[in-house]
Amino acid sequence: MTGRGGSPTTYPPDRVTAPVRRPRGDVWCEAAATPEFVALRRRLLRFVVPATVLFLLWFCLYLGLNAWTKDVLSVRVGGLPVVLLLALGQFASTFALTAAYNRYATRRLDPLAAVVRDRLEERAP
Amino acid sequence: MTPVLPPAVGDPVLNVAVFAVFLLVVLVVVLRVSRSGATRSSYYAGGHGFTGPENGLALSGDFLSAATFLGIVGAVAVSGPDGFGYAVAAFVAWLLALFFVAELIRNTGRYTLADVLTVRLRERPVRAAAATSTVVISIMYLLAQLAGAGGLVALLLDVTDPAGQAVVIACVGGLMIVYVLIGGMTGTTWLQIAKATLLLATGAVMTAYVLGTHGLSLTRLLDAAAARHPAGDAVLRPGLLYGGGLLAQADLLSLAIGGVLGVAGLPHILMRFYTVPTARQARSSVTWAIWLIGGFFLLTLVLGYGAAALVGPERILAAPGGVNSAAPLLALEIGGEVGLALVSAIAFATILAVVAGLTITAAAAFAHDVYANLIRRGRATAAEEIRVARRATLVIGVLGTAGGVLANGQNIAFLVSLTFTAAASANLPTLLYSLFWRGFTSTGALWSMYGGLAVTVGLITVSPAVSGTPESMLPGIDIAVFPLTNPGLVSVPAGFLLGWLGSKLGGERPDAAAFARISVRAFSGAGVARPVPGDPSLPPPEGRHRRTPWRPARDRRDVGSPADDTDTGRISDGPIGLDDDRPAPSRPSAYPAPGPAGGTLPRRVPGAATGASGTGAFFRPATPVGAAVRDEPRERPAYGPRDARPHPGPGRR
Repeated sequence: MTGRGGSPTTYPPDRVTAPVRRPRGDVWCEAAATPEFVALRRRLLRFVVPATVLFLLWFCLYLGLNAWTKDVLSVRVGGLPVVLLLALGQFASTFALTAAYNRYATRRLDPLAAVVRDRLEERAP
Repeated sequence: MTPVLPPAVGDPVLNVAVFAVFLLVVLVVVLRVSRSGATRSSYYAGGHGFTGPENGLALSGDFLSAATFLGIVGAVAVSGPDGFGYAVAAFVAWLLALFFVAELIRNTGRYTLADVLTVRLRERPVRAAAATSTVVISIMYLLAQLAGAGGLVALLLDVTDPAGQAVVIACVGGLMIVYVLIGGMTGTTWLQIAKATLLLATGAVMTAYVLGTHGLSLTRLLDAAAARHPAGDAVLRPGLLYGGGLLAQADLLSLAIGGVLGVAGLPHILMRFYTVPTARQARSSVTWAIWLIGGFFLLTLVLGYGAAALVGPERILAAPGGVNSAAPLLALEIGGEVGLALVSAIAFATILAVVAGLTITAAAAFAHDVYANLIRRGRATAAEEIRVARRATLVIGVLGTAGGVLANGQNIAFLVSLTFTAAASANLPTLLYSLFWRGFTSTGALWSMYGGLAVTVGLITVSPAVSGTPESMLPGIDIAVFPLTNPGLVSVPAGFLLGWLGSKLGGERPDAAAFARISVRAFSGAGVARPVPGDPSLPPPEGRHRRTPWRPARDRRDVGSPADDTDTGRISDGPIGLDDDRPAPSRPSAYPAPGPAGGTLPRRVPGAATGASGTGAFFRPATPVGAAVRDEPRERPAYGPRDARPHPGPGRR
């Protein structure tokens, strides 16, 4: 590059108009290799993957029970049919996971993301 | 049962009057916000200037279509818990949007789905595929929404002849085009916010009334509904809608898969995440949307049983519009003609808001992806692109309205669930693979998007939804080979499988650097608000735009979008907002030159390198060229309290 061996004057015209090629050691690859980024990605996945598996299984359970155990679901517990309680349970779990994710993201993800971002944007602390 | 009740319910003039008031209020807001003049960022993304709560309201306004609002209330009234199952699926689905989509999309994209994908995948083919899927899915949904308006018109305005209904549908379509053309995404957003507020407030009041008349006891309400329902207690048990054998269960599963996985891939929902400035605001918008939509679905459960108890399923089914008339009839029962007029206005506002969101999404995909980046190869100016976007809005709006008029009366209700399934089969796999799978390639994206779309549309064509049964769209012919009315059970796995196969068999090597780029951008949000030095991309040009309806809200809405007018509009072309304290940089005369192949120089600082830091330098020369910048960041404490402070993004200063 111009700063290295050659005279650091102006770019030759052909290189100015040439499409930008990505150098092999670009900023994104460097950032992706930092321990903070690796930890950030791992922390995100460590929350969302189990949470997704959990809620999908729980939803499939709701579907399955609806399909095959209609008798059980017809029982009324405290005046409400079990099928409606299950549906409300889906709502409750969704609200709970939303709150949990927000809490987790604010505490565990945002600070780490800020480190990675600030370093890339090179902002003075 | 007595002969069919007179369909004329309420006072059509009053219904129209309430709707007109709503239109007027929204129009005033839209006119105020559109005064700043349209740029790409304001036309496509509302200037990235909305807050999380506002966007959450708009998301729920965009999501709660007539099918979800009127349809679920009616389905619960007529079919009990089975009818509510759709609401459960559509609601749970939002977790996917929260976990995997909202923040990551906001961090990587600018205007369209293709902007996200092309951060790591090949520009032209992938952009074409993403635009195709966006336009196809949006137009399918648009048709379904407008065609469904016919029944509403009959119910609410007492217009029963097809010509009259066509005029009303055309009016709704025309209104939508006017709003979108005047207000762009900003206007659409305010339309959706207004509608969501009205919908939630009315739903809450109606629910309070219904519960109040039953001693605030859900149990008593359920008993009253069962007493009024012809099927008796069956309305409190599963099985009324999906009672049959294995095939019916498979159909239900198919529908549920499409519903759960589709929401996070719907183009008009994805588009909404660009209207906020930061990932935090995107997260906050989905969180708000989840609370609002969840709360509203809980209201629909009460309203559905309330309609069964107070109106009665026979009367609902006999009214024009069928199950969709449950909510309007309940409103008539509760609030008389004024109540009905309010719900009618909401129903039309719902159609208006949803089709506006769909039209602008399709228009953005056409103008930004197809025209500016594929046809003009990124050389179109922002003004040209906006002009094309407006024309595309007009054309798509007119075509959609015409299609809606033609399809009026056809049984195309399956199109709504098909839209979700198509989004789950074509968009979601591509999006998830792009963000999380190292080995994904452009070929995989093409296979998954075109393949997922083709499998979905192909299977629905040979399904009972289109032909073979009396309820089909074309009852006269029978080409139904596929047994299910919804192809999700096959097409969603097919979309994921095709993406994987295409990546493995496509003979293309995954681009590790591109994967690093999209991952770091998506997870950290680097480059969204401020430039990343050394990033080989265009800097943002000068200029900032104001688009606030209420001027005093400076602290949050005065977000400049200097990158509005970059040549291609990709997020990698520069940040979407800049700090006030930093003067807008002048545009450099040239790209930074590429580094030597395989070179180890970590950052290019063109200004310092050329000694011309005053004029051509966009990237501030933070480090002397040749210094070991690579090790510099390690000197900072990684987890210090200073880093834990909230990121002062452009939306929060």
